[in-house]
Amino acid sequence: MAGKKTSVFKDIEHLIRLVLVMAVGAAAFVVVRAAVIPHSFGQYGHYRGDAIAEIAARPIAFAGHQVCEGCHVEVVEQKKLGKHVVVPCETCHGALANHADDPASVTPPKLDTAVICARCHEANSAKPKTFPQVVTADHSGGAACDTCHQPHKPGIEAAPAKVAEGKK
Amino acid sequence: MEITRRHLLVLLPAAAAAWKFVLAGTPELAPNYTRTEHWWGMLIDIPKCIGCGSCVRACAQENEVPDGYFRTWIERYHVADWKIEKPEVESPNGGKQGFPPNPESGGKNFFVPKLCNHCADSPCTQVCPVGATFVTRDGVVLVDKTYCLGCRYCVQACPYGCRFINPNSNTAEKCSLCYHRITKGLTTACCEVCPTGARQLADFKNPGDPIHEFLRTHTVQVLKPHMATGAKVFYNGMDGSVR
Repeated sequence: MAGKKTSVFKDIEHLIRLVLVMAVGAAAFVVVRAAVIPHSFGQYGHYRGDAIAEIAARPIAFAGHQVCEGCHVEVVEQKKLGKHVVVPCETCHGALANHADDPASVTPPKLDTAVICARCHEANSAKPKTFPQVVTADHSGGAACDTCHQPHKPGIEAAPAKVAEGKK
Repeated sequence: MEITRRHLLVLLPAAAAAWKFVLAGTPELAPNYTRTEHWWGMLIDIPKCIGCGSCVRACAQENEVPDGYFRTWIERYHVADWKIEKPEVESPNGGKQGFPPNPESGGKNFFVPKLCNHCADSPCTQVCPVGATFVTRDGVVLVDKTYCLGCRYCVQACPYGCRFINPNSNTAEKCSLCYHRITKGLTTACCEVCPTGARQLADFKNPGDPIHEFLRTHTVQVLKPHMATGAKVFYNGMDGSVR
C-alpha cells in the first residue's frame, strides 16, 4: 500500500512543475501589467485620471475682455456710448493673451476695417433681419469703414441721434 | 562587467519600477476648481447668430485645429416654403471666413453653429476600446490623445459628426469645451468672441447661472433628442428642419 502512495506522488510531479510555471507566468503578468498601465488609470473611471490635468494645463490664447478692460479704460468708456458695447475686444482684435502677459513687447496688429467690419455687417439673407447689414460695395465702395465710423462707437455723430442708433 | 541571466532578473523589475516613477508627476488642476461642483454645457441662441465665423476662427486658434478640420462650425440652412424635411445646408470651410451672399432669398434662412454636445450618455465614449475618451465629473467629454489609438470607432459613433482624426497626431479630436479655460474661470474661446451673445457657456450646477432662467422662459431643444444622448448644448429658436 505504502509503495502505491509514493507512486501517486511520483505521478503528479509533472503537475507541480506545471503549476510552478503558471505561477511564474502569473507573477510576470502582474509585474508587466503594473509597469505598463499608467498609475492613474481607473482613478475616476475607465480612463487615465492624469489626462484631465494635462488637458487643463494647455496655455490660453484669448485673454478675455475682462483682462483687456483692466488697462484700456478709455476704450471701455467709449464703447459704452455705442452699440458695440456688447462686442468683446478679441472678436475684432484677435487672440491677445500674449499681449496681456507682456504688453510692452507684444503689440496688437493694426486692423483693416474694410475686412473686419464686413465679417459681421455684410448683407446676407440668413442674418437676423434686425441686425444692421450693408452691401459694402454699394455702401462704401470698398473704402475702409473707419473713414466715417469709429469702430468702438460706430454711430455717426453728424446724423440725427435716432438714425445713428438704429433700431433696437 | 558581463551581464548574466542572474543580473537581468534583478535589473528588469528595477527598471519597471523606475519607469513607473517616470510616468508619475503630471500637472495639477487649477486651484479653487472642484470638478464635482460643475456640470458644463452651452446655450446656442439661433436667432442671434449672424454667421460671422468668429467662433470658428477663435476655436481654431485657441486649440490649434488644423485647416479643413473643425471642432466647431456654422451651417447655413435654407428651407424652401413647406419642405421642412429637405433643407439645403451649406458650410463653406466650416463658416470660418463667414458666408458668401445667400443665393436663396426666399423661404427661411438662418445659421446654426454646431459643436460637440458633451452628451451625458455619450455614444463616443461608450465605443472607445482603450479608455482614451471619457466624460469628466464636470460633464465634459475629453480625449486623452496620448492614449488614443486612432481606431476611429468614436468618429463613427458620434451622431452629430463632431469628431475627426487629427492628420498630424493621427488621434481622435473634438471640442474640449475649452477645458483649459473653463477650469480657470474663463469662458470658452468661441463664447468669448461671439459678438452677439449667440453662444453662451452654461454651468447647470451653478444656481446663479442665467441658463436656468433662460431654460424656464424659452422654447429650447437639443439636437437629435430621439437618440437620448443626454446632449447638453441647448438650442433656442431651432427650426424643425435642423439635423
